[in-house]
Amino acid sequence: MTPILQTEKLSHVYSAGTPFEHRALVDVDLCAYPGEYLGIIGHTGSGKSTLIQHLNGLLKPTSGRVLVEGKDIWASKEATRQARFRVGLVFQYPEYQLFEETVYKDISFGPKNMGLDEAEIDRRVRESAAFVGLPDSVLEQSPFELSGGQKRRVAIAGVIAMEPAVLILDEPTAGLDPVGVEQILSNIHDYHTAKNATIIVVSHSMEEMARTAHRLVVINDGRIPFDGAPREVFAHGEELESMGLGVPRMTRVFHRLKALGAGVDPSVYTVAQAKEAILAALKAKGTSSDEGGAV
Amino acid sequence: MALKDITLGQYFPGKTLLHRLDPRTKILLLVFYIVALFMAKNALGYGLLALTLVGAVLVSRVGFKAVLRGMKPVFFIVVFTAVLNLLYTPGQGEPLIAFWVIKIYWEGIRTAFFMVLRIMLLISCTFLLTYTTSPILLTDALEDLLGLLKKLRLPVHELAMMMSIALRFIPTLIEETDKIMSAQKARGADFETGNLLHRAQALIPLLVPLFISAFRRADELAVAMECRCYHGGEGRTRMRQLKYAGRDYIALLLGLALCVAVWCSNLLGVF
Amino acid sequence: METSILKTESLTFSYPAEEGKEARLVLDGVDLDIEAGSFVAVLGHNGSGKSTLAKHLNAILLPSGGKVYVSGMDTADEARLLAIRRTVGMVFQNPDNQIVANVVEEDCAFGPENLGVPPDEIRKLVDDSLKIVGMYSYREHAPHLLSGGQKQRIAIAGVLAMKPRCVVLDEPTAMLDPIGRREVLETIKALNETQGVTVVLITHHMDEAAQAHRLVVMSKGKIISDGPPKEVFQQVEALKAVGLTVPETVELLYELNREGFDLPLDALSDEDCAQALYQLLKKD
Repeated sequence: MTPILQTEKLSHVYSAGTPFEHRALVDVDLCAYPGEYLGIIGHTGSGKSTLIQHLNGLLKPTSGRVLVEGKDIWASKEATRQARFRVGLVFQYPEYQLFEETVYKDISFGPKNMGLDEAEIDRRVRESAAFVGLPDSVLEQSPFELSGGQKRRVAIAGVIAMEPAVLILDEPTAGLDPVGVEQILSNIHDYHTAKNATIIVVSHSMEEMARTAHRLVVINDGRIPFDGAPREVFAHGEELESMGLGVPRMTRVFHRLKALGAGVDPSVYTVAQAKEAILAALKAKGTSSDEGGAV
Repeated sequence: MALKDITLGQYFPGKTLLHRLDPRTKILLLVFYIVALFMAKNALGYGLLALTLVGAVLVSRVGFKAVLRGMKPVFFIVVFTAVLNLLYTPGQGEPLIAFWVIKIYWEGIRTAFFMVLRIMLLISCTFLLTYTTSPILLTDALEDLLGLLKKLRLPVHELAMMMSIALRFIPTLIEETDKIMSAQKARGADFETGNLLHRAQALIPLLVPLFISAFRRADELAVAMECRCYHGGEGRTRMRQLKYAGRDYIALLLGLALCVAVWCSNLLGVF
Repeated sequence: METSILKTESLTFSYPAEEGKEARLVLDGVDLDIEAGSFVAVLGHNGSGKSTLAKHLNAILLPSGGKVYVSGMDTADEARLLAIRRTVGMVFQNPDNQIVANVVEEDCAFGPENLGVPPDEIRKLVDDSLKIVGMYSYREHAPHLLSGGQKQRIAIAGVLAMKPRCVVLDEPTAMLDPIGRREVLETIKALNETQGVTVVLITHHMDEAAQAHRLVVMSKGKIISDGPPKEVFQQVEALKAVGLTVPETVELLYELNREGFDLPLDALSDEDCAQALYQLLKKD
């Protein structure tokens, strides 16, 4: 499969040539495939914010290339503009960028900038509002009267309305309570499945990542040390810990359980998997103890 | 990022003599310096003042780079002043260069040079003050020096507090502006092309969120300040007491001496 | 010796009716008694009233009905306002919006300066507080160049410099990354353990709440559960019903119990959970 989004030896240096010179990204090669749900993890200052701002052309690489659907996004002015629309970026705390009088107008800001006609804008606004579970009655309200969680969903709808092929979200659940978190995650999931869009989520929460992402990319010091299925990435518990990241709770519990002497595979990372693993271990013990075995 | 280049009010912590001088002394020295700067009429006077500044920058250890960086935002004003003076200073005798309507006299070059030097020295010494004095101390000092105005029932404490909070939030709001700008660009906003009207309109998606955020911050800050028992200037003490030390008296004497020296230099007809 | 430092008696609060809107009841008869020296977490979803409750604990908000007492002082008594606020310090969610000064130590001095403490005493208070939160070596730094966790520790130091007997923290880690969160939580714990400061931590993070001595759960302006975390988190269904979750360790044991096992639901640490599972697997 050809990647929909790709970086080739992407490097970015801030304040080059001054004493504050800082190499935020060093030769980063990253691929995202159509329909993939990709998780990016890294602590503050690891370079992940710099990375995602390159993916839709907000930042220009110091060296290296960013390709969207095979085309260099810096090849021409039009290519950069198109990249902004093909790759939607939802920033951290996006509710702070709302500015219009009504929710409807705010969501339509992106589609309008794309130069779409009224009917198409209307369709997109209503559809994206539906994706994030906002009822029609909210559309004519001021976004500033809504609750925190609702505001955030309006902001996400504002990006979804551009119908990007790749939707990137930076910490979309930061600061929300468990109900709010679940709501946002299921909104993203709905867009993902309905449009077969590529989703890239940046998060600190290993547990959340473990539950949602197909593939994880770890970024540390401007490089990508690990890239693979959650199970593979979480196998590097100690290295992740030293990067200030750690592994999901269930993985930790199972490592401990194994150390106690139980015959379990420690590569679980969600509660559901852990439950299955315990039940399987009990079953295996049941059959093996009939044969006189032990744990 | 252009926004991040603004160094206004940035403080470089340090322990040099210049850092340790009483902030009031530094403000007074700045006043002396500016007075001397406007008295200077010839190369000797300007030379003395330039040397003083070079010495002060060396003592402060903030580096010439930082001082020059402060010059960036006023670069055009400097160039503009230079060109104006160059072209419009009438001189006696033959013009050095005469081309079309342009006539440049020796006096023009001289005035332009001194004007540029004057602006640069003025800005440099002001920046040197903000580089070596923490904003809070600076406002404390201003509050103290303006103490006389308090007797005229001017809200000196409140003004000083406002100024220090404004300085505290400048970097935060600059960062925020950058962030909102990026977020709106990601939604296809265009801040760079189009005519003036277009560009002004394009600023709405930036300014509305910025204002809302500034008000929210102000609101939260007010509550946080109340929680820390802020109730105006009455009965307030200061951790750092402003106290003139021996070095302050010496510095002030030297400042006065500089003024006198520059004044005297005018009497000598050098250049 | 008094044991209760914060006390609310049938506390109700509603935001006054605005045009086109009805008055909104946010706190609905809260009775809470917090013992001096304890570490209490208040857990609740957004809109449960937990932040409103916090704002009553040092008279930022005054009750619509009922009473709030801080060390026996009625918060409605305006004459005691400063005494109340120096007894109960507050730390908020956004560290950027509570730091007043451009230099760490000068920010830290803000509280004592307002209280009119003599300069040399302020110096000592500031140095001590910065040492407690582990930010002494940053005392001359500019706050806006520090990390979120460091800024929040500065905010805590700024409150500590007023020598409060109690510190109320309103979602102090909500905007922080895991490293910052850990820094702040460890600082809070040290505050309680080594300094004997009463800590009230408002949060919606289960794992943070699990570290407290006592856990108060709020929903719709009422306290629905109150006890040691080990006991409270056993009420898995009740918590889920009000939009909260439980730590994953408890969740796993609960899920297994639904398959017919009878595991204790008090495993809050990885170790406890692993032990419980090990006992299950070992049993025959």
